[in-house]
Amino acid sequence: MEFFSLIFGLNVFDSMLRVSAPLLLACLAGLYSERSGVFDIGLEGKMLAGAFAGASAAYVSGSAWVGLLAAVAASVFLALVHGFASITHRGNQIVSGVAINFIAAGSAVILGQAWFRQGGRTPSLSAEGSRFTAIELPGANTLADVPVIGHIYSGLISGHSVLVYFAFLMVPVTWWVLFRTRFGLRLRAVGENPAAVDTAGISVTWLRYRAVICCGALCGFAGAYLAVAQNAGFVKDMTAGRGFIALAALIFAKWKPVNAMFACLLFGYLDAIAIVLQGKAIPGIGTVPVQVFQALPYVLTVILLAGFIGKAIPPKAGGVPYVKER
Amino acid sequence: MAVPYAKLPAWVDYGLIPLINLVVAFVVAGLVVLLVGESPIRAATLLLQGAFGSGEGIGYTLFYATNFIFTGLAVAVAFHCGLFNIGGEGQAYIAGLGVAVPCLALDGILPWYLTFLLAIAGSAMVGAFWALIPAYLQAKRGSHIVITTIMFNFIAASVMVYLLVGLLKPLGSMAPQTRTFLEGAHLPKLDWLLELFGASIRSTPLNLSFLLALLMAAAVWALIWRTKLGYEIRTMGFSPTAARYAGINEARIIIITMMISGALAGMMALNPIMGDQHRLQLDYVTGAGFVGIAVALMGRSHPAGIIPAAILFGTLYQGGAEIAFEMPNISRDMIVIIQGLVILFAGALEHMFRPAVQAAFATLRPKSAGLEPEKAGG
Repeated sequence: MEFFSLIFGLNVFDSMLRVSAPLLLACLAGLYSERSGVFDIGLEGKMLAGAFAGASAAYVSGSAWVGLLAAVAASVFLALVHGFASITHRGNQIVSGVAINFIAAGSAVILGQAWFRQGGRTPSLSAEGSRFTAIELPGANTLADVPVIGHIYSGLISGHSVLVYFAFLMVPVTWWVLFRTRFGLRLRAVGENPAAVDTAGISVTWLRYRAVICCGALCGFAGAYLAVAQNAGFVKDMTAGRGFIALAALIFAKWKPVNAMFACLLFGYLDAIAIVLQGKAIPGIGTVPVQVFQALPYVLTVILLAGFIGKAIPPKAGGVPYVKER
Repeated sequence: MAVPYAKLPAWVDYGLIPLINLVVAFVVAGLVVLLVGESPIRAATLLLQGAFGSGEGIGYTLFYATNFIFTGLAVAVAFHCGLFNIGGEGQAYIAGLGVAVPCLALDGILPWYLTFLLAIAGSAMVGAFWALIPAYLQAKRGSHIVITTIMFNFIAASVMVYLLVGLLKPLGSMAPQTRTFLEGAHLPKLDWLLELFGASIRSTPLNLSFLLALLMAAAVWALIWRTKLGYEIRTMGFSPTAARYAGINEARIIIITMMISGALAGMMALNPIMGDQHRLQLDYVTGAGFVGIAVALMGRSHPAGIIPAAILFGTLYQGGAEIAFEMPNISRDMIVIIQGLVILFAGALEHMFRPAVQAAFATLRPKSAGLEPEKAGG
């Protein structure tokens, strides 16, 4: 029973939300891009560039919102580089994504060292308003004593930064954009059969560019969350593979927005229980090394990809540059 | 934009265009150096001095290059089959087990050359095994090899951390590494090779695995261009449909190619573990698996291109360390940027300058571009 309350405690779910938010933002970012037929393994790099630009701008300006803007701008710039290589010049999308990851990782440290001289990190964001802090939702304090609902409302739902709410709000928004608007229909079509979209007189290039811009913007939000909300500044390699976990979650979710949320929550939950279970024994199993939880998202994704849990079918034209002339 | 890819002379395709791409990558890197307030020309001078200015520098340069030859060949073999093995990092990391286990078990009994043979076999087998699972899933279950190999990089990292902080660590030791190997698992250094060229040196980590890497480069050349299997691999890479039509067993070729690729990546572990550190420790791959991608792209997947490309990156690694002493604004992370730029310009944007080069050729020498003189304008 003690074990039960340990892994299903309110604090575990609370940290699950915190951990899942950046994953979810990056995952939805990848969703826009990949649904339009542009594979993107550069989510990690765009997030990292966003985190660095966000932390730098927030420190210099003293405003978290300026930081967010800078994060989105940096990330969209890299997204456009990816678009330039893979849409305009029909380059290999995987190769371009790999390149962006390296360029972002190297530039963040070099520029950080040149500007702030703290070994590649940005100065700590201590000034008032230079970070997104926790928001107390209305009535959270008064409802705190109400059993169940009040506990959940004040302990779990209230008290996160504005970017966490934004991340979860983006789930229905993305669903609506993709499945209820003309832009979304065309975006999905261009990922399945670009020739048909082209025949209908719609520019494949411009449509895919808009998709990668959406992707860049959301990665910027994810990066800003890491450096300006969850932490107080940028440190080297702070994304620590989250971009790839987001990619795994995207596949796990079979390229659907609501599934993406559940996949990110699952991976976030694994991360959260790995921390509380460290050094503790699970009844009937014994102590599970923390590395098992760290590897589990990747293992689950491989199992899913192997077709053992349903089948993950990527967008049909994904990864294939569109050539107009025959 | 609708310029068809006309035929250009081979020296343009394999020489001029890759060179233009490379120069552009380095010019952009130079701009970054300028941006952080240092002189790119001085940085380049320091880089070359650090890498080639002393016998020691050359030793280190070739030591790093050894890693990149292995991983570059690994990526290249997969490229020939139309596969993108992004998992060289994980394959090389986990293959450390294939090196360390025979070394730990037999370093007191066998002479180094026997341990070396066992370690070669061990690293190749473990590396091949780590590539086998993604290959099987690609061939039989249709899952995308890029994604599975990325996932396997992370799984390898977790496995290695688990083993090194637990099982493989000697009792009573705090550092997550194995015990230091005895003499029976130390590879001979190649200092004498450098001394042949008149360089006087104290000590460098350059060791026998450099020669093994060169041997493997020759073996890969023979495999790809001189055997039936190599022909089948290249056919698969050019056109899977044609390969299927010709009766080539697709699944078999994918699995064999990936296992060769994984084995080559795995052998990279010999160089730092048996050649230099003499123990297995955390994160000894330090991105060499990913540098392999840049090396293979730059070298156009041909061993004759991969070796110079690997030496270029070895130069950047060794020279970059020297620059960091002189220029506080430039750390080794500069190499990561250069690596990214090379991958971008030599890989993803490889055709960017082709239309321009083509147009230049069409005007200068209409016949060389396959155009009749009077049609040259159109």
